[in-house]
Amino acid sequence: MPISNYIIFCLALFTIGIVGVLVRRNAIIVFMCIELMLNAVNLLLVAFSKMHNGVAYLTDKSTIVGADAQVFVFFIMVVAAAEVSVGLAIIVMMYRNTKSIDINFLNRLKN
Amino acid sequence: MNLIQILFWLLSGLAIVSALMVLISKNPVHSVLWLIVVFFAISGHYILLNAQFLAIVNLIVYAGAIMVLFLFVIMLMNLGKESDPQKNVWIKLAGAISGGSLLIVLVSLVKQASEINDKEALLGNGNIGLIGTLGKVLFTDFVVPFEISSVLFLSAMVGAVVIGKK
Repeated sequence: MPISNYIIFCLALFTIGIVGVLVRRNAIIVFMCIELMLNAVNLLLVAFSKMHNGVAYLTDKSTIVGADAQVFVFFIMVVAAAEVSVGLAIIVMMYRNTKSIDINFLNRLKN
Repeated sequence: MNLIQILFWLLSGLAIVSALMVLISKNPVHSVLWLIVVFFAISGHYILLNAQFLAIVNLIVYAGAIMVLFLFVIMLMNLGKESDPQKNVWIKLAGAISGGSLLIVLVSLVKQASEINDKEALLGNGNIGLIGTLGKVLFTDFVVPFEISSVLFLSAMVGAVVIGKK
């Protein structure tokens, strides 16, 4: 599979995430679009790791070139999980204070 | 067109349509369910790339844990259908136009880049995605970041409890 197919597919997913962050006003949906962008980047990292591995695979069948990228994707998932737990706690706290999760009402950090 | 190519296009189309449905859905619960479909499609892509460990971790962490967390928060807030009261069609149009033009610029850049024209992603073969290989790399080269990430998780847990409690 040509790598440009993967790049274009991930760009489409990333752009959908950006449009979601720009357009939607529900804070939870904005958060979900950020998750979508993270996943697009993860898939692109894995595709690039397989691209570099494919070059080395021609000469050595047991090569592990490119395994670093998959470990990197694993760390991105770890950080995303931590981020989601704290971010959702902040959203719940804001909802408790203002009874709304519309980000146009929440554009001030104070009051 | 062999089976792998058919699966690639099928999963890509499923992921993009579901991602659009995440945007379009009025009800946040439907958005969460469509996002779970996107994560399943991306896990299918990982399996096609022979990244088995990441496929399973993506299912467990994203489609399992994080999306259940989102569903619990939406249920706690008791959001109805009116949760997105935006009636202004111009903002939606402006967002669609700006995102579309960004996509056009990036795709044209990718099409012009001569470095990646003949590069292929290795599908189905290669053993870097297996659990054994990744475990060896993770516990030899990346053992310090691995331990630091446990501290990150502990601090995130404490932070979530402190913020949520009151």
